[in-house]
Amino acid sequence: MAFLKVEGLAKVYAGARGRPDTVVFEDVNFSLERGEFVCLIGHSGCGKTTILNVLAGLETPSAGAVIVDGREISGPGLDRGVVFQNHALLPWLTVLGNVAFAVRARWPEWPAARVRARAKETLAKVGLAGAEHKRPAELSGGMKQRVGIARAFSIEPKMLLLDEPFGALDALTRGALQDELLRMVQAARQTVFMITHDVDEAILLADRILLMSSGPRARIVEVVENTLPRSRTRADLHHDPQYYRIRNHLLDFLVSRARSAAATGGAPRLVRPGLEGGEVASASEPRERSPRAATNAGVRGATVVSLHSNA
Amino acid sequence: MMPLGLRAAAVSLFLLALLLAAWHLATLPAGGRQAVSDEYAKLVGAAAATGQRSAMPGPLEVGAKLLEHLRDPFYDRGPNDKGIGVQLAYSLGRVLSGFALAAATAIPLGFLIGMSPLAYRALDPFVQVLRPISPLAWMPLALYALKDSHASAVFVIFVCSMWPMLINTAFGVASVRREWIQVARTLELRPPALALRVVLPAAAPTIFTGMRISIGIAWLVIVAAEMLVGGTGIGYFVWNEWNNLSIANILVGIFAIGMVGMGLDQAIGRIARLVSYAE
Ligand SMILES: Nc1ncnc2c1ncn2[C@@H]1O[C@H](COP(=O)(O)OP(=O)(O)OP(=O)(O)O)[C@@H](O)[C@H]1O
Ligand SMILES: [Mg+2]
Repeated sequence: MAFLKVEGLAKVYAGARGRPDTVVFEDVNFSLERGEFVCLIGHSGCGKTTILNVLAGLETPSAGAVIVDGREISGPGLDRGVVFQNHALLPWLTVLGNVAFAVRARWPEWPAARVRARAKETLAKVGLAGAEHKRPAELSGGMKQRVGIARAFSIEPKMLLLDEPFGALDALTRGALQDELLRMVQAARQTVFMITHDVDEAILLADRILLMSSGPRARIVEVVENTLPRSRTRADLHHDPQYYRIRNHLLDFLVSRARSAAATGGAPRLVRPGLEGGEVASASEPRERSPRAATNAGVRGATVVSLHSNA
Repeated sequence: MMPLGLRAAAVSLFLLALLLAAWHLATLPAGGRQAVSDEYAKLVGAAAATGQRSAMPGPLEVGAKLLEHLRDPFYDRGPNDKGIGVQLAYSLGRVLSGFALAAATAIPLGFLIGMSPLAYRALDPFVQVLRPISPLAWMPLALYALKDSHASAVFVIFVCSMWPMLINTAFGVASVRREWIQVARTLELRPPALALRVVLPAAAPTIFTGMRISIGIAWLVIVAAEMLVGGTGIGYFVWNEWNNLSIANILVGIFAIGMVGMGLDQAIGRIARLVSYAE
């Protein structure tokens, strides 16, 4: 049973005064296993943030359901930590105050000292020890994003939802933060759903990459399995020829197929670029080829089946 | 090079000296020549018109008067002779109580209007009609209803300080950034906690701007209101000195009004700085 399951999700905005309705996306199906890191890639405006907001419970879908841990979600909750696209720190609180705000909400019965200690500890994990008493306005973009990550992490959510967390950062800061995030996520065996528009970021971080076609009527067209070993690092990534196969596949999709793919209906295809001559039909796929197949090949298979049954 | 603040202070002092000097020169004794028009000279009598002193007091005379007032600001010798400190205290008391009542009404009401589009639409026509009414227009009605000049003055202050606070609070609350609300929602904050720990601090700077505008208007209006109802207060003081034809006292009163008004504004500005934040 998948940890998170999205079934037949659609978002429609009613057209104003006689204009036709806008179907942002429809028939979106995917699922996440516990401890899995999944990235969602798609062109700007295709509805990625909307999907994340639905998962967070901040927006209601026009159709479909989101099931987390066996229960359909009905609103936002402390079981899902959200890192917002533009960090969304509360500017009147200090760095420590922002994280403590979340900790206090999560454990209202804790005494203030324990809340502070917890907040401090999480800030140290993202490398912000010493900056606790700064205000968000005094921080650099990377530091703000770190606070946002610490805030989401501090409440020990069952799953993390990240909306282009490093989108506005320079390449160097971005790299450092990716490493940090990966370290924290792996240490906590955190389930992560992350939006990005950076192909390399997705290959570095994700176990699976969801490819979304361009809207209107966007859909999740392909699920690309990351066939690189999980021990991959930013330093050795580009030495692996497999990396280029995945990268080219993703870029091909974004450059040429994202716009035309919307029309083709049916379930998303499971793709493993570079193995078995590129794309493998999901149903009859021999899973042993994947370097990480041993860990969750079984559940992956289940995912594919469920995707088909929903289509 | 001196720092900017110091240079500005130097220029301010220079301008002040220039102003005082011009005032002094303009009000010097006119040396036996008739200083006013013929008709006015007839009216006030030749002695006053051609006398040693101009009818308009100079800065030295006003300064002396000011010192005199400052030396004993709180004396009370009957209804028409109270120290300027006593009069200012009456005015301040009215302004602060009217203002406090207005804040206690306008801020919660503004919160409601800002939070609820329905309340906003429903109350908007009332605000639009009531706001442009000069607060003094309420005075006769207040006197009739309350039958007390002090209470009526407080009521007028209440009415005039209401609108800026109401409008600013509603605006500040309505324009709290959506993502801050979303953060609170993902943390499962209940509505009271959301209002108190997110909306209030987020809107506080805007609310304080409204309070600052309100206290400024209240201090403008109290002078006029006290001229109207009489009895006590700095407005009454100024009007009474006009009846006494003591221009020096009027000028002292005007100066005191300016200083206290500045003090009120700065006081709220101080508090506002505590709750302000940079985005
Ligand atoms: N209130 C609305 N009415 C109509 N359409 C809307 C409304 N809100 C959002 N949309 C549309 O929904 C689509 C998806 O928006 P969303 O923010 O999810 O995009 P995104 O994929 O996150 O884009 P980006 O990569 O730029 O962040 C957009 O095309 C937008 O025009
Ligand atoms: Mg977005």
